[in-house]
Amino acid sequence: MRDDGIETSTISGIPLRPLYTSQDLPGRAEEYPGQFPYTRGIHPSGYRGRLWTMRQFSGFATAEETNRRYKYLLANGQTGLSVAFDMPTLMGQDSDAPTSRGEVGHCGVAIDSLADMEALFDGIPLGEITTSMTINSPAAILLCMYIAVAEKQGVQASSLGGTLQNDILKEFIAQKEFIFPPAPSMRLVVDSIEYCAAEVPKWNTISISGYHIREAGSTAAQELAFTLADGMAYVDACLERGMHIDDFASRLSFFFDAHIDFFEEIAKFRAARRIWARWMRERYGAQQERSWKLRFHTQTAGVSLTAQQPELNIARTAIEALAAVLGGTQSLHTNAMDEVFALPTDKAARLALRTQQLLAYETGVANTIDPLGGSYFIEALTDEMERQAEAYFKRIDEIGGVIPAIEVGFFQREIADAAFRYQQELEQKRRLVVGVNEFTVDDEPPIDILRIDPRLESEQSERVRQVRRKRDQAECSNALNGLRKAAAGTDNLMPYILDAVRAYATEGEIMHAMIEVFGTYTETAVV
Amino acid sequence: MPTAVRPVRIIVAKVGLDGHDRGVKVVARALRDAGYEVIYTGLRQTPEMVVDAALQEDAQVVGLSIHSGAHMTLFPAVVDELKRRKATDIVVFGGGIIPDDDIAALKKRGVAEIFTPGTPLQEIVDWLRKRFPDEKTPKR
Repeated sequence: MRDDGIETSTISGIPLRPLYTSQDLPGRAEEYPGQFPYTRGIHPSGYRGRLWTMRQFSGFATAEETNRRYKYLLANGQTGLSVAFDMPTLMGQDSDAPTSRGEVGHCGVAIDSLADMEALFDGIPLGEITTSMTINSPAAILLCMYIAVAEKQGVQASSLGGTLQNDILKEFIAQKEFIFPPAPSMRLVVDSIEYCAAEVPKWNTISISGYHIREAGSTAAQELAFTLADGMAYVDACLERGMHIDDFASRLSFFFDAHIDFFEEIAKFRAARRIWARWMRERYGAQQERSWKLRFHTQTAGVSLTAQQPELNIARTAIEALAAVLGGTQSLHTNAMDEVFALPTDKAARLALRTQQLLAYETGVANTIDPLGGSYFIEALTDEMERQAEAYFKRIDEIGGVIPAIEVGFFQREIADAAFRYQQELEQKRRLVVGVNEFTVDDEPPIDILRIDPRLESEQSERVRQVRRKRDQAECSNALNGLRKAAAGTDNLMPYILDAVRAYATEGEIMHAMIEVFGTYTETAVV
Repeated sequence: MPTAVRPVRIIVAKVGLDGHDRGVKVVARALRDAGYEVIYTGLRQTPEMVVDAALQEDAQVVGLSIHSGAHMTLFPAVVDELKRRKATDIVVFGGGIIPDDDIAALKKRGVAEIFTPGTPLQEIVDWLRKRFPDEKTPKR
């Protein structure tokens, strides 16, 4: 602690010394980017060969409105799409379901059927861009919708590129958008990985996510450890299915948070690559180099944004984005300053994208690979991250693995404890957040925020009812029956879901067919 | 230590579809530490479920959390359901990602108070103390 009572440990509580020296790097061998264990990056040429992908997460209201935002972002120099779905879509229910009331189109775009997905990507050539879709429990359905839209555009599945979040374990751990129990949830994940390995080989089948774990309150080390542990659980599940490690490992991707504690984040990214490479090569025996390389997307920390003096969020986001770039991210989302209130306005969304462009083209930080490599401090902190992650792997193993640890509430308790500890540090002013618990102002002028038209819900509900009326009913119910039967057996469900999607079965209907077989999951809340 | 009056009992609930439970858990712990009896319902509670829990537990206060943007629908729905069940003495407050303009509208619809991100936990506790000055809360 400093003389003025402010903590000097990292935001995650790692104690820091005032000075690091060569004593902190005893006997370290020279490491190079593009070489095992990739601490310094997965590409030998860093960002010189190719910059990170600027991928702003975006979606709101109807498919048509979001389609307009996508075209706006692409026209402004964005290089990849990233779809944000609304809560009913994320929870696998249609817009006209009773529990969708008040939620339609609010925190993302409302997608009920293939018809909406066609409108979402209207005029956007899916063979030429890559798309990330943040969806988990119903991930297989949305991927099938994407494949079906591509078919209609004349684009083959084999040439599609993009990423499906599809990470159900972190839903149980942190974000809580689970629907089915863990076992059938894992089956669906493995089904999609297996299917894509054969049919959609350029698709990143899963984005194993620490972001939500961190946003839920974890420390950086917990984010790192729990995410990589989840990754290994998926690897184990695919191996159990009979897949060969080198057939799917290179399509596993990761997603981390870039929080405000600058050096800690950079160390976390570097440690993540090193740990994953070692585990893939040494524990899983992967032979191909591409199976060892941890590729990741980063989003700046939503939780670090403040509703007070919100313009400050631009500065916070820029610093966090810099950490992601210095940590060697493959793609990046920068949050907009107004996201503490609502989804971003056009102007705020563009400012966020411009922040990335400024980093890429003005600051010069992308010119040299891993510029902080060899720093006594960064290397020591990278080692410390690795040590803490390994300690967590041991504890998770002792509990019996990731799913048993979820079932006993281990992750949930660790995260809730860390969140509460941090909040207490704020209350006691041992940590300061500018504009929140220090340097406050009394009078804050309101800022413009994006409003969702309340009529949208009834319009979208009418639209899904119309889809249900107009389709070939026999084809649709045959497809749903086929899916139900397959769910009760052991077939890969992807072809059945694709059939149902093509027949314009709605998302809610497809989910329901599976719920009839799989049941649903309720967690025991840990406070 | 025993008191003649039982501590204020609070139902804390996540309404709506989102699963962001960091805030609700931190607030629940803080209220518990402040001596209140806190019952956390868990996720995805409908307004009907929240009111059922409040009546069953004989709660004086309902605290709602939401981060999905559905607050303008779901918070008033809880207030209306309390009215329908003739339980208007139960105080409803809430928190989450809620723009300023919406706060005024929610208060008009019968929500007693809204606490937005960055609110010190002590402020919520102080508000409850003011609201229930006669209730004894045991010190831990």
